[in-house]
Amino acid sequence: MTIVEDNRHLRGALLPILHALQEEFGYIDEQAIPLLATELNLSRADVHGVVSFYHEFRREKPGRHIIKVCRAEACQSMGANALVDHIKKRLQVDFHGTTADGAFTLEPVFCLGNCALSPAVMIDENLHGRVSPDRFDELATETRTNPTAHQQIPRAPSHSHKGHAQ
Amino acid sequence: MSGHLITVFVPRDSAALSVGADAVAAAIRAEAAKRDLPLRIVRNGSRGMLYLEPLVEVETPEGRVAYGPVTAADVPGLFDAGFLTGGEHALGHGLTEEIPYFKKQERLTFARCGIIDPLSVEDYRAHGGFRGLENALAMSQAEIVKVVTDSGLRGRGGAGFPTGIKWNTVMQAKADEKFVCCNADEGDSGTFADRMIIEGDPFCLIEGMTIAAIAVGATSGYVYMRSEYPHATAILRHAIKLAYDEGWLGDNIHGTDRTFHLDVRVGAGAYICGEETAMLESLEGKRGMVRAKPPLPALEGLFGKPTVVNNVLSLCSVPIILDKGGEYYRDFGVGRSRGTLPFQLAGNIKNGGIVEKAFGITLHELLYEYGGGTITGRPIRAVQVGGPLGAYLPPSQFDLPKDYEAFAAQEAMVGHGGIVVFDDSVDMAQQARFAMEFCVAESCGKCTPCRIGSTRGMETLDKIIAGKNVDANLELLADLCDVMVDGSLCAMGGMTPYPVRSAVKHFPEDFRKKAPAVRVTHIAAE
Repeated sequence: MTIVEDNRHLRGALLPILHALQEEFGYIDEQAIPLLATELNLSRADVHGVVSFYHEFRREKPGRHIIKVCRAEACQSMGANALVDHIKKRLQVDFHGTTADGAFTLEPVFCLGNCALSPAVMIDENLHGRVSPDRFDELATETRTNPTAHQQIPRAPSHSHKGHAQ
Repeated sequence: MSGHLITVFVPRDSAALSVGADAVAAAIRAEAAKRDLPLRIVRNGSRGMLYLEPLVEVETPEGRVAYGPVTAADVPGLFDAGFLTGGEHALGHGLTEEIPYFKKQERLTFARCGIIDPLSVEDYRAHGGFRGLENALAMSQAEIVKVVTDSGLRGRGGAGFPTGIKWNTVMQAKADEKFVCCNADEGDSGTFADRMIIEGDPFCLIEGMTIAAIAVGATSGYVYMRSEYPHATAILRHAIKLAYDEGWLGDNIHGTDRTFHLDVRVGAGAYICGEETAMLESLEGKRGMVRAKPPLPALEGLFGKPTVVNNVLSLCSVPIILDKGGEYYRDFGVGRSRGTLPFQLAGNIKNGGIVEKAFGITLHELLYEYGGGTITGRPIRAVQVGGPLGAYLPPSQFDLPKDYEAFAAQEAMVGHGGIVVFDDSVDMAQQARFAMEFCVAESCGKCTPCRIGSTRGMETLDKIIAGKNVDANLELLADLCDVMVDGSLCAMGGMTPYPVRSAVKHFPEDFRKKAPAVRVTHIAAE
């Protein structure tokens, strides 16, 4: 509930709260929906409607790492469809599925903004370009064996102006 | 200042990171320590030559010398070759500014991108930053709007609406509160200019939004980012924090009575939120459902208040216009398309990246002189211009000049300047099917032709691809496209037919692969 308290002052607080919940727990638990509705004075249908509208919000606990594969046109022109087939076969999962060992959840995405270095894949928050099937296998192995080796995104210091832009 | 230290630039742009820039920076640091060579590494944005990423630059008395694409394994060899003094190496390209791809560009919006440290206010100031805002702070609201109107700037998000006219509407609206919202929901495949400038020159966006706010009388603003862009979001948040610290945002901006508060909001993977009214709904914390217009967002926008909604590139073009004047900007371009557009070469292209040029350049120049043809070495068969809702064009149309009106005449759009290249292995019937499939996934569901028509379109294309009643189904598809164009509130349903129709029109043979042999011969002979 501190997540709700931290964001309650924001206008249009529901999306920031849902993002914060997903960052904390990896998904939006069904139980959160009535709680959020009460806290934000919305109907359960309103909250459910928002959660289900956006592709990004997951309803089930994902694997330890999220793999997003770009399916959009620029990546298609460089073999993204074949890469998707390879990844599904290699991980033995379909889109939105989690591998048997709980290491990876595979998600489709339309455009990662790396269209000059297609095909693109994002593992957690790390973007990869020119990903061939072989390169994907390397990345998956690296992530499995040494998950902390990847760079983390430096977070900005907390906003000194928090609460101003209301 | 550490002027005696050699400065090495290794980009922190997402595209550069995606091909190993962090590992290269770490390798340079380690090798320098091993050889006891003091140096300073600046993590800049990208110069836009993405085919050369990671592009490492070294500051020399003659200028910055470029090496790329560099891998971590190349680093010891670069030191051996004396790259810290611009020594020759197989990966060397000489002075960055002299690389033809870069030299021939007209960088107005991207003037600083890749040159400065994106998170240094001092660097930004040293390269002309905040001069436009300083001018704006000394002007009246109407004067600022006039400069932007005179510049001929049109919305860079795709629709091409004159920015000055939009600002004027918001300026004249009477309300207790107004907003400036930046649409950074860059969801079109083949576009990455918004991401690049936010990662490479975030203060430029902050400055542009602040000028917009002063011009229209807004006191709060939001940047609507994509969840697919975590790096850009982190850099922008950091830059906003720095801008507050230095008095460029907040109450009493630089001692004046002007106030502007800026915050970042992140979308959640819905393409439709790039449509301005859906974006406003999303900013309000709701489903991203398209609103009917009127009322225009300029009069009833965010939380029902008058709101400027502009694209990242529109807002990033504002500082230079306020710095150098409307005429300076207007002198670039052709017809009613003034200024420059950062074109983005993407997909199957040898030299992919950003090419900022004045309007009027042809696709042929972009694809061959800059792009160098396909990366696979096969002939270009089709390009999609303007994102997933843009038309597919064949080589016979490559001499079309890039300007809003010339493209509109061909039922194509310049859009956000993204160009996705396909070689001759592409199956255009599959691309047409994908356009419908994308609309099925991304329609907000408000308009029936878009919500249901896209599914019917996909099914009809499946029948055509399977060779079932091809003529009758093509006719049905054409009819369905008409209904979608005429019966949808926004561009999602209204323009999904563009890639479909253009694929059928320019590449009819791909829709008859399974048709009777006689027909195939007939079409192939055309």
